[in-house]
Amino acid sequence: MPGSGSRSGISYDARGLVEPHADMPDNIEVDGDRARFDASELTIRQINMALRQLIYNDGIADVTVLNPASKHSLAVGILKRCRIHFEGSPGWFACGLIDGPEVTINGRVGWSVAENMMSGVVTVERSAGSLTGAAIRGGDLIVKGDVGARTGIDQKGGTIIVTGDVGINTGFMMQRGRQIICGNAGMNLGDSMYDGAIYVAGKVRSLGVDCVPGEWDDADTELIERKFGIHSLGDPPEFQKFVCGKQLHNYDALEPSERKLVIH
Amino acid sequence: MCGIAGVIHRDGAADVGTELTAMLQSMKHRGPDSTGYAVYGPADDLVVVRFVLAEPNKSTGFGMEERLERNRAEVESRLAKIGAEVATVSSDTGYAFRATIRYGGDLKALADYLEDVDGCEVLSLGSSLEIIKDLGDAETVSGQYSLGSFRGTHGIGHVRMATESEVDLASAHPYWAYPFADVAVVHNGQLTNYHQWRRRLEQHGHRFQSECDSEIIAVYLAEYMSRGLTLETAMKHSLDDLDGVFTYVCVTGNELGIAKDEMAAKPLVLFESEPLVAVATEEVAIRALVQREVETRDPYEREVLVWQV
Repeated sequence: MPGSGSRSGISYDARGLVEPHADMPDNIEVDGDRARFDASELTIRQINMALRQLIYNDGIADVTVLNPASKHSLAVGILKRCRIHFEGSPGWFACGLIDGPEVTINGRVGWSVAENMMSGVVTVERSAGSLTGAAIRGGDLIVKGDVGARTGIDQKGGTIIVTGDVGINTGFMMQRGRQIICGNAGMNLGDSMYDGAIYVAGKVRSLGVDCVPGEWDDADTELIERKFGIHSLGDPPEFQKFVCGKQLHNYDALEPSERKLVIH
Repeated sequence: MCGIAGVIHRDGAADVGTELTAMLQSMKHRGPDSTGYAVYGPADDLVVVRFVLAEPNKSTGFGMEERLERNRAEVESRLAKIGAEVATVSSDTGYAFRATIRYGGDLKALADYLEDVDGCEVLSLGSSLEIIKDLGDAETVSGQYSLGSFRGTHGIGHVRMATESEVDLASAHPYWAYPFADVAVVHNGQLTNYHQWRRRLEQHGHRFQSECDSEIIAVYLAEYMSRGLTLETAMKHSLDDLDGVFTYVCVTGNELGIAKDEMAAKPLVLFESEPLVAVATEEVAIRALVQREVETRDPYEREVLVWQV
């Protein structure tokens, strides 16, 4: 592997902020177009540097990161089709701003997983923190556990599937896309949403401003069955559908020149 | 932006000083300005008084050494006058002191009498609570006050990034719930009805040492617990009375509790096992304590949880 260097821990600059270690890790194992490395002794900068080197420069299509140990901002901004597997739990902002990767995380994730994802698939095998899938524009985000507050806030596309419960303000100011919640939803579901749909199988503690029950049609059934099939989630439960009441924000009333901004 | 952490061992004493230091150091990026601890050693018939006689950045200079010595003597003299028998007085820094005393009187009267000494601030009073706070990161403060050897059942900690008030001890957490023995709080968030509650609590005879909104929570809980409410009930009341976005962790002599406001806007992650409960602003702090994959979760809005030793 190119580069080498020490594997020292995190250091801090004079302001007390994290001083990223900039040496390429020397513990990467490569096997054909697959690679793996242990991240337990690496800094955030080193882990992301290794991912980028492998995926962009070395033609690696499948990377396994062992022991991410809740470190923040891992695999952010990867803009290429590839597979990344985290064996353990990343921290906050994991897989933010990605466009293309298929990521599996067999642990838990902290706040803001897949924030601003453009496309790709992120599957979390356990629970996730708040702001899960905030502002995603495309792709599928699956969490096989409970998540915190504000799931899919400002969502602009894509699909978020949560097999457990979600907290307060889920779908707040959602503008496009789908959320499929298999458990219960906290207060203010879909508050101030513009468009899109939220499917909830459990109880909804309260609906937010201008979020109303929607009319179920065949396209909803097809979408849910297709997503459950693709992601091997078994048989889907029965869902209620919630949509924008279009009393607060109404994309249908936009001028033609404005409508192009929100085309599917 | 600040970081908070708490740990409680339900099966007996452990190295809580070392544990909290590891947790807080892992969150240094959330606040490098000051670090504070509220830790609980074995309960004793002696009362532990932690007090400072000067801010760390104002503790040196012309005549300061003599002034600190004079004020320390005055504190000891006042302890004797109020009927306390002084067992030990020690200092790790020259400006922060730890005294153990035999005292069966009114703690509020004691605290007020000591704080009347020039520059004196009582950080904590109680049979097992010790609040230690100073400028710098967790490892610096832990080394300065020898927290590596502190054994106890539970404790909380705080790393502070000063955004709206001074980098000083008065603004550093944790806050002791004056004048309630053995109660302390750390907080992450902003309280928007601070002045309203401060006026109200001052009318009930409470005093405030800082301009920091977090201090309200400690004094608020003290007020309600002095009326006979349990910690959990007082914390539940606080969710209705305190406005703003906040997550806080509170400790008493044998309890550790967490509360999240109704917007769940501030982070807190919880790890719970039979012998050990740990809470922290970020998962990375839990990992600094439990160095393996564990199941953690974000408590939901308006959630109040309390654990006992």
